[in-house]
Amino acid sequence: MRVARIWAWITFGIGAAYFFIPLIATLEFSMRMRRGEYSFDAYRIVLGDERFQATFGYSVVVAIFTILLGVLVVVPTAYWIRLRMPQLRPIVEFITLLPLIIPAIVIVFGYIRMYGSNSPLPFLGSARGTDVLLIIGYATLALPYMYRAVDTGLRTIDVRTLTEAAQILGAGWATIIARIILPNVLIAVLSGAFLTFAIVIGEFTMASLLNRPAFGPYLQNIGANRAYEPAALAVIAFAITWGCMSVIQILSRFAPRSASAPAN
Amino acid sequence: MAETFLSIQNVRKAFGATTVVQDFDLDVGRGEFVSFLGPSGCGKTTMLRIVAGFEEPSAGQVMIGGKDVTNLKPNQRDIGMVFQAYALFPNLTVAQNIGFGLKVAGVPKAQAEARVVEMLSIIKLPEFGARYPYQLSGGQQQRVALARALAPKPKLLLLDEPLSALDAKVRVSLREEIRSIQKKTGITTIFVTHDQEEALSMSDRIVVMYGGKVEQVGTPFEIYNKPATKFVANFVGTLNVLEGTVSNAQSGRVRIDKKEIAIKSKLNGSKTGDVLSLALRPEAISLGRRPGNDATLSGEIAEVHFLGSVIRVRVNLGNSAVSLDTFNSPAAPPPMVGDKAEVSFKVGDLLVLEG
Repeated sequence: MRVARIWAWITFGIGAAYFFIPLIATLEFSMRMRRGEYSFDAYRIVLGDERFQATFGYSVVVAIFTILLGVLVVVPTAYWIRLRMPQLRPIVEFITLLPLIIPAIVIVFGYIRMYGSNSPLPFLGSARGTDVLLIIGYATLALPYMYRAVDTGLRTIDVRTLTEAAQILGAGWATIIARIILPNVLIAVLSGAFLTFAIVIGEFTMASLLNRPAFGPYLQNIGANRAYEPAALAVIAFAITWGCMSVIQILSRFAPRSASAPAN
Repeated sequence: MAETFLSIQNVRKAFGATTVVQDFDLDVGRGEFVSFLGPSGCGKTTMLRIVAGFEEPSAGQVMIGGKDVTNLKPNQRDIGMVFQAYALFPNLTVAQNIGFGLKVAGVPKAQAEARVVEMLSIIKLPEFGARYPYQLSGGQQQRVALARALAPKPKLLLLDEPLSALDAKVRVSLREEIRSIQKKTGITTIFVTHDQEEALSMSDRIVVMYGGKVEQVGTPFEIYNKPATKFVANFVGTLNVLEGTVSNAQSGRVRIDKKEIAIKSKLNGSKTGDVLSLALRPEAISLGRRPGNDATLSGEIAEVHFLGSVIRVRVNLGNSAVSLDTFNSPAAPPPMVGDKAEVSFKVGDLLVLEG
């Protein structure tokens, strides 16, 4: 028992070292811009850079719209599959996995060919149209994560009975989804939303090939031309991701608890 | 029966090649409490779901208040329903759950709030409005589910095995509460259960179902005392079934274990030599001869079970056996296994089973 415990701690220590040492090294390197002393100069430069603010702001807005699109598409779909068409689940799961198999570059070249300015749907004819196409593309890339998160959330509630209980009380589909289903899978939706956010913030291929001023191409540009700033940006990106995960943890405390295990 | 309020006409329901409900016909009076009773898979819940609108019948019609609702969606039928699994909305408080139907119907806020308070007091949980479902016990949750179903004042109340997830004590108290609220509100109610005790104690009438068909419709008294089929007799209550051979159809004599008894009025056209299934409830049989009992059979005591206030005794009668109940009396010792015994009953209590 005691030996097993020691091995568990050794394994944990190796895992933690594997994860933290590069991170600490990156942090340490990002603070060595001044010779002979540690400073936050690299962070000051990055955060003060107008391009950082502009590209980060752009990516945040795109991420928000991507999340909204993802929720609008995925929640009703996953709900309907669970409620009425469970036999289609394997097919839908396969479709949602396709973005993991098909590289983003293939998707974006497909978009460029399909939605050029001469096509019936000329998304690429204007900057706003390209933004919309980028959002659709990102929603596709985030589909595996969003669908799985929502589907897992739906598994924790009795979708059919709750739907029928709401229906018999006079509720229509929109009311059922907005007031019963969505609030009960909100934490799952938020998990999917933050994963989507993380994907959108760092994505390079689509934004670069569609020539949009997103954060991913900016990161690549800085990484290719500067020494300390990319390390500072990597640490900032980690901080944002961890912030998102902390928010999920905090919000999960407010999740509606299942009524199937009542108090005595 | 009062004026017909719910009318189910020739309803049939099939899932692919499997027919789960067939030829279901029933008229339910306004304010009546009717139970669908039967074993699992008999079609009772499917029939209830057809009335609710969750299942579409393959054939037949459902009329509520004289209006054909067969093709209406569940949210257009003005029905309240309580589910076996409570089905309270976990994200809403008790008060919000009860007020959900009122909000959907667009009832003004003040009016809805007053109705929620009224319902909370009816279910005797006036202080629980701000709690969430997970903070309630199973019995409390089911009372809230009942209040939620009744709050919008539906025309019809459907109860889908609402007590089966609860423990025995809560079940008994809640069934009394449900019945008393139903009487108070006067709402027409369909109650689905597989528990005969619940059905017998709560219902105005019982519909006993088996294999998708209605076996018998009647009051609890009729169902228990005059079962129409062998299934009803066996399913409702405990029953002793004796095999008898008609020894003389003309004089109405039947032989049970070498002993002949006269049951002329019950032969229903049977011929000499026919074999009949004769049933007796345990409470209709007495140990020993009793004044007023006109038939006696002899045997030997095979088992004695002490159940507290009652002692259940099993008596072997040659090729068959009967169980009977005697009251426990501290002054008289219980019968012993192996003792010779006589059992007596009134011929009038014998049921000749068909089907």
